[in-house]
Amino acid sequence: MSNNLKVLINGLIKENPIFVLLLGMCPTLATTSSALNGMSMGLATMFVLVCSNIVISLIKNLIPDKVRIPAFIVVIATFVTLVQMMMNAYVPALADSLGIFIPLIVVNCIVLGRAEAFASKNGVLSSFFDGLGIGLGFTGALTLLGAVRELLGTGKIFSMTIFPENFGALLFVLAPGAFIALGYMIAIFNKLQKKTN
Amino acid sequence: MAKLESNFKNMFLSLFTICLVVAALLAQVNKMTAKPIAEAKAMKLVNAIREVVPPFDNDPVAEAYKMPDGQGDSLTVYPAKKGDEIVGFAVNSSSKNGFGGNIQIMVGFDTENKIVNYSVLQHSETPGLGSKMTQWFKDTTKPNQSIIGRDLSAGQLKVSKDGGNIDAITASTITSRAFLEAVNKAYAVYKESDADSDATNKEEKGESK
Repeated sequence: MSNNLKVLINGLIKENPIFVLLLGMCPTLATTSSALNGMSMGLATMFVLVCSNIVISLIKNLIPDKVRIPAFIVVIATFVTLVQMMMNAYVPALADSLGIFIPLIVVNCIVLGRAEAFASKNGVLSSFFDGLGIGLGFTGALTLLGAVRELLGTGKIFSMTIFPENFGALLFVLAPGAFIALGYMIAIFNKLQKKTN
Repeated sequence: MAKLESNFKNMFLSLFTICLVVAALLAQVNKMTAKPIAEAKAMKLVNAIREVVPPFDNDPVAEAYKMPDGQGDSLTVYPAKKGDEIVGFAVNSSSKNGFGGNIQIMVGFDTENKIVNYSVLQHSETPGLGSKMTQWFKDTTKPNQSIIGRDLSAGQLKVSKDGGNIDAITASTITSRAFLEAVNKAYAVYKESDADSDATNKEEKGESK
C-alpha cells in the first residue's frame, strides 16, 4: 500500500505532468481560459488515464510487442469517445466550451506515455494509482492555471467575482496570457519543490 | 501468463479482438446516448427561440421552413404562434465576416417589424472583446447600443462609424458590423415571411381540417 501511495504522490508532485514533465501542453494552454474549463478538461483526461491504465495493464500480456502502440491507441480512443458521447449527452454546454480538445485527448502524450511507460510494465492496482496520481496532478495544475488566468483576466474564480472586471488584464484570458501564467507557475513550483528537498 | 510472441498470427488476432470488443462497446454506448444527445441539441434550439420571441404555445421547430436570403443562401425561420395567431418569428441567421470567422445568431421579431430579442448561438470572436456581443446589443439602458425594439423598416442597422445609429462594441467594430449584417439578413427574410404568413396560415388550417 505504501508503494501505491508513493506512486500516487509521484504523479501528483515529483512527476507532475504539467509543472515538471511539461507534457500535454496543447490542452493545458488552450482550455484553461477559466477555472471550470481547466478542471473539466483535467477530469476528462483523468478518467481516460485511469481507465486506459487499468485496461492496458490487464491485457498487457495479450498484446504482442510489435503492435502495442496501435493496441494502446485503440483502447485510449475508446475511452475518449465514451467521454465525448457522455459529455455531449449530459453536459452539452461544457462539451461546447471544450470543443475539439475532448477528442484530442486521444493524442495527449500523457495518456499514451503512462500506458507505455507504466501500465504495460506494472500490475493493475499500481497502474490504477499511477493513472490517478498523474490525473490528479494534471487536473490540479489545469484548475490552478485556469483559476489564475480567470482571476487576473476577469476578476473571477469559478465565475465568482473577486474584484470588478474592469481591473482585469484581458491578456490573461487570451493565448499569450496562458504562456506567461504557465511560465511563472512552473518557476514557483520548482522553487517550492527545491525548498522541500 | 507469458507475453505473446510477435508473430503474424498473434499480432493479427490480438489487434482484431481488441478492435472487435471496442467496436461492440462503442456501438452500445452510442445507442444509449444518441437520444439524450438529440434531446440536448433540440433543447438548445428551443431555448434559443423561446428567448427571442414573445411567449408561444406551438412547436416552432416542427413548423420551421427555409427562406432564401437573396444572396444564394437560405435561412431557417421558426414561426411562433399562440393558438392560431402568429406572434413572432425567430430567424436563424449568420455572418461569415466576424473577426474570428462565422457568427451564428437567432433573432426574434414580433409582427410589427420590431426586434424582440436575440441570442448568439455560435461564435469564435476574441474573448473579452468581440464576445461581448452576447450582451452588448441587449442593454436597453443604453438606447444607442441596444437593438431591442428597433424597427428595421426605417432602414438597415449600421454602426455609427458607418453612418448608422448603433454604437459598436468598444474595440470590436468588425464583430459589430458582422453581427448587424446577420441581423439585417434576418430582417430581410422575416419581411418576406411576414408578408406571406397570412396565406400560409390559411393553407395550414385548410390542410389540418
